[in-house]
Amino acid sequence: MKILENLFHIIYYGKSCDLNSENMEIEEIMKADKAIILELLRKMLLIRRFEEKIIDVYSVQDMKTPVHLYIGQEAIACGVCVHLKNDDYVFSTHRSHGHCLAKGTPPSILYAEFYGRKSGCAKGKGGSMHLVDTERGIWGTTAIVGGGIPLGIGTALASKMKRDNKVTVVFFGDGAADEGTLQESLNFVSLKKLPVIFVCENNFYATNSHLRARRATDDIIRQAQACSINSLQVNGNNVMDVYNAAKNAVDMARDSGEASFIECKTYRWMEHVGPNYDYIKGCRPQSELDEWIKNCPIEHHKDFTKSMGIITEDDFVDMINIIDAEIETAIAFAKESAFPDTKELFEDVLFNNI
Amino acid sequence: MPWTKVFLNNKELDNDGVNKGLRSISYKEALKEAHNLMMDKDERVFIMGEGVDDPGGVFGSTVGLCDKFGRDRVMDIPLAENGMTGVAIGAAIAGMKPIFVHMRMDFLPMCMDQIINHAAKWYYMSGGRVNVNIVIRSIIGRGWGSAAQHSQAIHGLFVHIPGLKVVMPATPYDAKGLLISALEDGNPVMFVEHRWLYDSIGYVPNDIYTVPIGKGVVRRQGKDVTVVAISHMIYEAMLAAKELQNEGVDVEIIDPRSIKPLDEGLIFESIRKTGRLVIADVGGKMVGVGAEIASRVYEDMYGFLKGPVRRIGLPDVPTPCSSVLEKAYYPDYKDIVNSIKTLLS
Repeated sequence: MKILENLFHIIYYGKSCDLNSENMEIEEIMKADKAIILELLRKMLLIRRFEEKIIDVYSVQDMKTPVHLYIGQEAIACGVCVHLKNDDYVFSTHRSHGHCLAKGTPPSILYAEFYGRKSGCAKGKGGSMHLVDTERGIWGTTAIVGGGIPLGIGTALASKMKRDNKVTVVFFGDGAADEGTLQESLNFVSLKKLPVIFVCENNFYATNSHLRARRATDDIIRQAQACSINSLQVNGNNVMDVYNAAKNAVDMARDSGEASFIECKTYRWMEHVGPNYDYIKGCRPQSELDEWIKNCPIEHHKDFTKSMGIITEDDFVDMINIIDAEIETAIAFAKESAFPDTKELFEDVLFNNI
Repeated sequence: MPWTKVFLNNKELDNDGVNKGLRSISYKEALKEAHNLMMDKDERVFIMGEGVDDPGGVFGSTVGLCDKFGRDRVMDIPLAENGMTGVAIGAAIAGMKPIFVHMRMDFLPMCMDQIINHAAKWYYMSGGRVNVNIVIRSIIGRGWGSAAQHSQAIHGLFVHIPGLKVVMPATPYDAKGLLISALEDGNPVMFVEHRWLYDSIGYVPNDIYTVPIGKGVVRRQGKDVTVVAISHMIYEAMLAAKELQNEGVDVEIIDPRSIKPLDEGLIFESIRKTGRLVIADVGGKMVGVGAEIASRVYEDMYGFLKGPVRRIGLPDVPTPCSSVLEKAYYPDYKDIVNSIKTLLS
């Protein structure tokens, strides 16, 4: 796990630091690091292209589910989830496509869910706002702002009781910080010492309400500090920053059961819900969006990988082509899948259906 | 069957010669025993709630359990009802079996988001992939000026929500058996108790047993009129039946025990025999459980009815404090007697 730290040392100081990591040759270290750096780029691109495909097809109006797009925020899901084991818990929100993909959910069962098909991750019962993939630690997502945070505290409590050494990540936006559940959860986690990583994706807007219209201070992190929880703010558009912060947080949760709070400053490019830009409607200034687009997390990381000599522009194009092919296959799978039988309306209301 | 008997007082129990030798304990002791046995049996079971470990132990129903199981499994919690309900749901998602205890049912409105939007819907929203095995205990208060925020009976609200089960045990036997069933059900179960039942006594086996959720029981056989009574109203119905027996009226009393799912078959069967129905609920009449039962009877059993269905419940008024107003607020056995007499006249 010291590999990346060493890499940064090489980048910033021009030489390897002595991390006592089995005397690995620099060449080998670089190879391993390259794999992680490349994977972060690939995952971010997958999320981006996955959602751009939704924008492409949405106007046909056969994808009948409200979509809350994650474009612009990809670095956060990817920088965090890369540290997680398959069965670590992740709780997320109505804006959860990115978290599922970062955790490894196949695009096919997500698209199938959006199209209301039986082959969807929730058999067409949940839609875009209620994704689930228990095989990869996604035990449900909620569309009630702040509602998923305490659920993640509950799985962490269970982990502590069962000593299963799993960690829980709860993703939420700045809107959820307005809710009582966050403060209730922070207090309880601090009290009980639970293995949780709070990841606040502060994109400054709850639907169209700006942070400053809702809160007396900009810094959500202060809520965690008030509960004596390890906390830090990072540039949510820099995947390596998120990666480093999350690495420490996950290690700390796993090794000593300590919670952390990471506030990631970022920006949502598209409207709150739907496939369009919302500056056209006057929801926020276009100039603000333009500034953030210049700060695109994928472009930023692409430049980094190129500067490291890990990929060339041609490699990048190849990467997109491979991802796009995967997405086409996933969309085709979804559209060819059967709709649920209407009798399934009455199924899954109760466990054991009695 | 000794297990379905209702005793109005200790004297009745003492006079019950037929079942001498059976153990009798109180409702609160039966609840405590259910917790104790299930926590012994299954380490996934734990209790959380405000004051569950205090010397009073939720009116005696959890007293002493923290000494045996420790405060990790009999967990006092911050006063954060909604968040802590979410924590319990999360623990259930991870395979634990939490029992969340509220000393007053009036505290449930603070948990509504987690109960209604999360616990109740998680199984359906996840396409049947994630169930929530959680028991939420709450106690209806009454009397001594408890007033509007310490004596609500809002079980009807939860009946309205798909994905929840609602049980309302009236006897010690049912309190223990239903709590054990609820813990093994796999669904979120609202377990609604009544403070006035805590000292009631009845026969209770020592071991683990279950009372099936969704199955009612005939408390008293009769042929003239059916009374469906819920929770504490069972005792009022028994008193009413006693009084009417002297006047030659034979009352059948049904205790649904679960109000969701409801054993409508048992109610319908009784109506086939008696043709008359009175429903006595501890909650409000307005859009309440009585209204639901009456509607189902009108829809499916209209041809068997010899008269209109009568409902007894709380008026559409918050609970008052003054003892004079309280007395006027709560219906009792006399209201049941009067309803039956009206129906028979």
